[in-house]
Amino acid sequence: MSFEPAPFPVAARRELADSQLRANLRRATTTIRAKRAAVVSELPDWEELREAGRRIKYDAIRHLDKHLERLEESVTAAGGKVHWARDGAEAIEIVARVAREHSTDEVIKVKSLATDEIDLNEGLAERGIHAIETDLAELIIQLAGDQSSHILVPAIHRNRAEIRELFRRELGIAELTDDPHELAEAARKYLRSKFLSVPVAVSGANFAVAETGAVGVVESEGNGRMCVTLPRALVSIVGIEKILPRFRDLEVMLQLLPRSATGERMNPYTSIWTGVTPGDGPQEFHLVLLDNGRTNVLADPIGRDALHCIRCSACLNVCPVYERTGGHAYRSIYPGPIGAILTPQLRGLEQAPTLPWASSLCGACYEVCPVKIDIPKLLVHLRGRVVREVEGKGRPDPEVVAMRAFARILVSPRRYRAAQRAGRIGQWPLARRGMIRKLPGPLAGWTAVRDMKPIPRQTFREWWEERR
Amino acid sequence: MSTAAPVSKPRRVALFIACFNDTLFPETGRAVVTVLERLGLEVDFPAEQTCCGQMHANSGYQLEAVPLVRRFVDVFADVEAIVTPSGSCAAMVHDQYRRLAELAGDPGLARAVDEVAPRVHEFSRFLVDVMETTDVGAYYPHRVAYHPTCHSLRLLRVGEAPLRLLRSVRGLELVELEAANECCGFGGTFAVKNADTSAAMLTDKLRRVLDSGAEAVTALDNSCLLHIGGGLARLQTGVRAVHLAEILASTEDEPAPAPAGEVSA
Repeated sequence: MSFEPAPFPVAARRELADSQLRANLRRATTTIRAKRAAVVSELPDWEELREAGRRIKYDAIRHLDKHLERLEESVTAAGGKVHWARDGAEAIEIVARVAREHSTDEVIKVKSLATDEIDLNEGLAERGIHAIETDLAELIIQLAGDQSSHILVPAIHRNRAEIRELFRRELGIAELTDDPHELAEAARKYLRSKFLSVPVAVSGANFAVAETGAVGVVESEGNGRMCVTLPRALVSIVGIEKILPRFRDLEVMLQLLPRSATGERMNPYTSIWTGVTPGDGPQEFHLVLLDNGRTNVLADPIGRDALHCIRCSACLNVCPVYERTGGHAYRSIYPGPIGAILTPQLRGLEQAPTLPWASSLCGACYEVCPVKIDIPKLLVHLRGRVVREVEGKGRPDPEVVAMRAFARILVSPRRYRAAQRAGRIGQWPLARRGMIRKLPGPLAGWTAVRDMKPIPRQTFREWWEERR
Repeated sequence: MSTAAPVSKPRRVALFIACFNDTLFPETGRAVVTVLERLGLEVDFPAEQTCCGQMHANSGYQLEAVPLVRRFVDVFADVEAIVTPSGSCAAMVHDQYRRLAELAGDPGLARAVDEVAPRVHEFSRFLVDVMETTDVGAYYPHRVAYHPTCHSLRLLRVGEAPLRLLRSVRGLELVELEAANECCGFGGTFAVKNADTSAAMLTDKLRRVLDSGAEAVTALDNSCLLHIGGGLARLQTGVRAVHLAEILASTEDEPAPAPAGEVSA
């Protein structure tokens, strides 16, 4: 399901009032933060690993053209077929074609952000093909007609009572309690029949290795393993930035990813396949290399660091903004700090101009990022681009005019002092018995929950001059 | 992250007050002067200083901030040590000035930034690292919680410096603040552009301050303290937000006024 656009402050306001969401997120992020911190602290070389991860991704993105051609050669040599998709529509058409060739109106799916990004399920439905999500949380989201709110835990905003009702209604199970084991078992039974009967699977990938053509998925439930081994044909839709130059780069990435993502030393299932192996697994493999805005991101020498992301979600889990607003406020499959720098770049700044401001620039995200993306730096950079390329264009909005005027005041000590005096005089209708309770215009948000200290009788510099 | 390079103990320092403190918190500036002079330092206040440009740079007005960068490096060009009671303004100089000079395509400005930035010291780090002191003779007989502001914590990496100073204050009881490293929700223009989310973050910070049993909460930045203190005042908590410098300026002979919530109309 795609998101209706809304400015972040407006969408956030709605989510902040959702007490179920707030409670779930507080509990989940607190738990995962502690787990991550524990498994990271036991590695003496964690900082070196992060630096190694950063360098690998830097090289991958810096020489993307070369690595992609190499990947195409490797996958083709191993018996796979490589497709290039400029956008979502092209990728969806490729999947639909494979499904038709196998005479099926159903495909099974591994949890994949790239396919959510392009609304694959909706696109296939328009072509008469039903995509079945096999990851438990993705299945919940799909059955509920809901939207993901976390990169790794898409149904983090739901509770088990809701899931019980959903399964009873959508899977037609009369007897069901809200015990998590029982809920998981119900999903397992439903999915097992699909794994064994549907001939085509669709996956994303955590990485694609240029050197060997190996493609891999890292997961916890084993549904991914079923999807990439049982069907006759497998289609993997992979963003072009998912590339790793060498197979041995996995040594670094497979240490960084599970510890950052789920706080585990190792994830339960790591599936890696290289083209087609006769008599073993799908006998037809399609790799769809998806651009969908990524080459535009590449054109920004600072912003393109966002393409280094390995989708671990550590930045979401430590973000004080995400913890309170949840993922839906970001109106994108990529929420949290990484979403705030990725979504506006993938879609175009004018499509999500408020997202770079959805952060207090506290820097907690940068501290945990396993490939050291300086997210605060990119947020500030993108704010500048929004001001220069969107808000400041044509007739600039009032904020732009005010901020530019303010800069001209600050740059002159004479005007600066005059403004201090003017502020002191101008505030008198607002200041009452020591505090300002209500500020006008765009500053009203401040005094909604906070008092404002008025400008005192003497500035520091006036005191300094008097003292000398 | 770049931080100020170690230097030998200076005899004179220049104060960069920060526009925010100059205008709204002159008491913090007076406290900084008191503490520095108590240590035998001669304090200068270059009158041509205005603003470091942080608000503009962080709000998307990098180009508008460049003249402020230029002004800063000019005003402080020939000074041995620059001390500022604002963690985020110090971080602005260390973390962003170089980038802004590059954005402006001005190699001369970049060189000037490289000259000046290592001499800019956040107040608590200056006392502990440069002046090599943790006991500045302060007396403040109150229960105090310390909130590590994000930029002092993650950009300047001040670490234990403010805590060591606080532990040396006679009469002061330092209380534990739960989830201390979590942002208070200020974030400059974030507090007004995303006022609701900022309020949600502030509420949790206030709850933890109140749970700590502190009479006062302190930090290295009056901007975060304006936000925290504004919330404490609105809710009539009777807990005060006070800059570290004001605690350190307080002595037996000249004690700071007792912590009392600002009077709310």
